[in-house]
Formats: sequence, structure tokens, C-alpha cells
Amino acid sequence: MTDSAQLLHKHSFVELGARQRAKALLDAGTFRELLDPFQRVMSPWLSRQGVVPQADDGVVIAKGSIGGLPVVIAAIEGAFQGGSLGEVGGAKIAGALELAAEDNRNGTPTRAVLLLETGGVRLQEANLGLAAIADIHAAIVDLRQYQPVVGVVAGSVGCFGGMSIAAGLCSYLLVTQEARLGLNGPQVIEQEAGLEEYDSRDRPFIWSLTGGEQRFASGLVDRFVADDVAQIQQQVSELLQQGLPAQQRSRQADLFLQRLARLDAEPQIDPATVRELYQGERS
Amino acid sequence: MSSYSLRGLSWFNALSDGAKPVEGLPASLKVADGVLGDQPVRFIAVVADPDNRFVRARNGEVGLLEGWGLAKAVDDVITADVDKPHKRALIAIIDVPSQAYGRREEALGIHQALAGAADSYARARLAGHAVIGLLVGKAMSGAFLAHGYQANRLIALRDPGVMVHAMGKASAARVTLRSVEELEALAASVPPMAYDIDSYASLGLLWETLPVEQIEQPTSADLARVTECLGLAIGDVGASGRDLSSRLGASNRAASSKVRELLRAQW
Amino acid sequence: METLSFEFPAGQPPRGRTLVGCVGSGDLEVLIEPGQAGKLTIKVQTSVNGAEQRWQHLFARMFDGQTPPAMAIDIHDFGATPGVVRLRLEQGFEEIGHD
Repeated sequence: MTDSAQLLHKHSFVELGARQRAKALLDAGTFRELLDPFQRVMSPWLSRQGVVPQADDGVVIAKGSIGGLPVVIAAIEGAFQGGSLGEVGGAKIAGALELAAEDNRNGTPTRAVLLLETGGVRLQEANLGLAAIADIHAAIVDLRQYQPVVGVVAGSVGCFGGMSIAAGLCSYLLVTQEARLGLNGPQVIEQEAGLEEYDSRDRPFIWSLTGGEQRFASGLVDRFVADDVAQIQQQVSELLQQGLPAQQRSRQADLFLQRLARLDAEPQIDPATVRELYQGERS
Repeated sequence: MSSYSLRGLSWFNALSDGAKPVEGLPASLKVADGVLGDQPVRFIAVVADPDNRFVRARNGEVGLLEGWGLAKAVDDVITADVDKPHKRALIAIIDVPSQAYGRREEALGIHQALAGAADSYARARLAGHAVIGLLVGKAMSGAFLAHGYQANRLIALRDPGVMVHAMGKASAARVTLRSVEELEALAASVPPMAYDIDSYASLGLLWETLPVEQIEQPTSADLARVTECLGLAIGDVGASGRDLSSRLGASNRAASSKVRELLRAQW
Repeated sequence: METLSFEFPAGQPPRGRTLVGCVGSGDLEVLIEPGQAGKLTIKVQTSVNGAEQRWQHLFARMFDGQTPPAMAIDIHDFGATPGVVRLRLEQGFEEIGHD
């Protein structure tokens, strides 16, 4: 195929909404949504603060299969309130993961896929968002004992805050070039640490440190994929087939402490230093 | 006068009197093995280290070394107790102003370091260790998620300086495009947005709140009261499950229960 | 934020239901479900205050000279322009029509 023909055959995953993304990943005809928007389980906190709610609170939970394997998908809608998690959206993800773990204890090997486009806690529901994210962490660690939990950060919102920790707990992480993965949003770092430490308007700088390509080159994610529905679907399917990873990234404290001990923390850091420290020189 | 809180250190020192310090961890972590009544426990606190190699983590913030260090401090207990019928309890003493905000931190994957800590605490809980979080100061955002929020039981001391939140007021105001005054006004009527411990308690996330006489420097009566409460919490964990379901049920967190019920019905 | 209600004469209820859009900046979500025969009801929750007349005109123009199906429409609006509102509604009507 020529380059332009290839381009014509590509379908952007990033441009899809949360529900379309979940449908695109599941085997054809298997998508079944739980707590669909017509049930209107909405945020009890937004309206009273004068913020318009969304019928699904920005989270889509769908059951189905991928490559024939039983899967539950939790997809966050990045366009609604920056993908922030409030009480309802957070409970949807936590509850779905809890039930998936229960499935496994009862003999059904349900896996989970998390489509993460989120700034983290929704500040209008602050402490309930934070509590829900703690529940999500707990549920990922629980489910991960039995079956893989695959995290996908496609972009364009990226994955930040408490949900970046959730990403770090996943069995596998898949990102695109459009993805960013980091604990603190650029604005907040600039607010807390100053412009010299972190210029939130310098997009190339931010991507060079937290973008998908850099995260992959530093070994902080497992797959780096083009923004293409078919390719992402195939990679997610492969990861699910693989079963549990030999070594869980979040369980490598000794390794990371050794690496950090080798770092000269005095000078300000650049992307190449991170790649070298975490992966060695890569061509 | 220090610019950072000494509460975590004070309570760690008071509770771990006579306990054996654990070596080989970052200086910003205080870890010791001791007993609480007749229970073997490991005490863990994150404290300020003015000489921290990472300059953005010198005031007690949870940064790269702290995240991975906590992961190790907890994981070592899981490994050591793996064949023991009675698992040591973990007491997380919480006084953490925030996660570390900095370029080095983001570049080196602080999110992964915090995931390491949350991972270990969660696995300890699943392995049958009682994990108790004792809030003596701030418990903010990512720092709390890494150090304490995976606990089976959370106990807070009743004091204006004990607060839980997702973000500091100035940053929260900037992100939500509000003034700090507007934010405070909203917090007064929306419990999950408040910074005070009573509003937080109304969400059902705390097992107990305890008044003390001197939160900065605990008196012997304070110490006795907290020690007793920690012991009761450990016993309570033993009598129930290993998950976090005991945090559900408050009317201010009703939607969290309702969503779970509906999901189960439609699963 | 304001919550507004509108009602128009209608025919029979459609069979299906549909959701289009999202409560994102400059966008809206529209939930369309079968309503009561003879009545088209619209509930709008919008971030823009004082725009009741504009919504009324927009709907009136859309349904002018026709008898729309009896739908219960729920709109969550995050500052969409009239053009976007019209586009979403037409998208929704088309999807309903396909069922």
C-alpha cells in the first residue's frame, strides 16, 4: 500500500468519544453498556454548583469480549470536564473492577481495559473523587492478581493526577504519540513550583518529558502505537492474550531506587537523561 | 521555626518509642518495628528531609524516593510475614502536605513511584495485614493516595490542621477558574469540597475521629488514647474483610453505593 | 446554569432512543426517547443563562410546518452555538428515524 492509501485506511482512535472507543475495541456485536446514559445516574454534586452534568457522568462501562476473552471496559470521556472523576464516574470504574475481580473468584476470567483520558480528581467533588480513585487503585491491585488490567492512554487529554497512579498499577500500558502521562498537570506544577521549574505553555517541553514516545523510550509504558483503531485494537488484544506480566512495573521498588541512586539530582533534568537512566542508550 | 510540619515526626517518635528503626530507606522515611499492646506492628511516616537530594521534596512531600521507599518498606513486611499465620499490622502516620511538584519528578515518573507505594499497601491489605492510617496533619491528594489511602481503617485526630483534600486552595482555584474566596464559600455548602476534618468525616471515609490535647507534641494521655484506638482498629480489621467496603454507607456518599448496586444488578 | 422546559404538539412516539453529542466546551448532549403521544417535550439544562427566548425560537423554527414525532428530549448544553444545537438535534432525529 502507498503512504497515502495507508493514510486513507487509518481511522483515528483519538478522535473517538468514550463510547465509540469502547465499541471499537470490543468484538463486533458484543458491546453491552452498564448504567447507560438513559438511566441518568448523574453527579449529585455538579448541578448544585451551577455546572451542567452529563447523563453518564463521563464514564462508559461496557462488557463484551476482545478476541473472544471476557472483558469489561471502562472508558473516560475526556471532553466532559476534562475527563475528571467525580463520585459517580469514579464509583462506576471502581465498582466494575470490583465485580470483575469477584468474577474471577467465581471462576469467570474477566479482564479489564481502562481507557484513560483524565485530569484526575474532579475538583467540584474533590474528596469524593479522591476516595473513588483510592477505590480504583484497590480494585486494580485486586483484579490484577487474576487477570491483566490493560491501560490505554491515547490522548488528547492524557492521564494525570490520581489516575496516573492507576495507570502505573495496570498490568500493561499502551500509549500513542498524542498521549501524555504524568502525576501533576503542567498548570499545577507551574503554580506550585514556578515558571522556571515548569512552563505550562511550552508544549514541546511538556511532550518531551511526559509524552507517549518519551514514556515508551524510558520503559514506563509497554506499547507505543500509532493513532489507528485497528492497530490499537490488535495490540490490546495481544496484551490480553499474554496473561499476567512476568514483572509488574509498580513492584520494582528496588530497581527504581537503585536507578535513582545513580542519578545526579543536582542539575535540572532532560529527557535523554531519563531514557539513559531507565533503559540505557537506545538507538 | 521550620517551614514544614513536625507532627508526623512527633507522632512517629511517640508511638514508636522502644521500637526498632528500620535502616536502608530514604532519610525522609521513618520506619520502625515495634508493638502496640501485644500486637507486632510496623510504623511508617514520611517526614521532611531538608537535605533531600530532590529539592522539590524537602518539606515532607511524597516524591520519587518516598514513593518507592514506601513501596519497599511495606513490601518487605509482606515478604517477611508471608508464611506467618498472624500478619504484622502497618501503621501509616500521615502528615503529608502534597506530592512533590517538579520537573525531575514528572520526568522520572513520580506517578509510577506513587503507584509502587499504593501497590504495596493494597497488597499488604489483601495479604491479611491490618493497614491503619492515622491522620495527624495534612493528607493531600497524591501524597495521601500513596501513603495511607489504601488502609483498611482511617483514624483522624480532631484538629484544624488535620485536613484531607485533592488539591491546595490556590491551585484548585486556578484550575476551576474561581477565586480562593469563591472556593471557600462553595466548600462551606458542599461537603466533599471542604478542607476540614468534620466535613470529611461526613463522607463516611473515617473509622474514627479522636480529640487530643496537644497535637504538635502528644501528651502521655494523647498517646494512650491513640494507642488504644489503633489497637481497636486492628482488632476491627481482623473481624471483617480485607477490602475497603467499610468506607461506604454515609448519606453524603450515597451515590457510591447506589452505583455499585446498579452495576451488580446489570452485570 | 439554567433549567428550561419546552413543549410542542407532536404525532406518535418513535420506537427507538438515541444519544448524540457530549457536554464538552461548545457542545451539548441530546438524549431522545419516546414520549407521550401528541406531545414533544424538551428539557434543557444549560450553562448559559438568559437564553430561553433563543432556545424557543430555535425549536419553533425546527418544528415549523411539520408534526414531529412525540419525543422526550433531554439536553445538557455546555455553551453550544445555535448551529451546533441544530446539527446535534438533526443527527439525533436521523438516528431515531433509522430505528
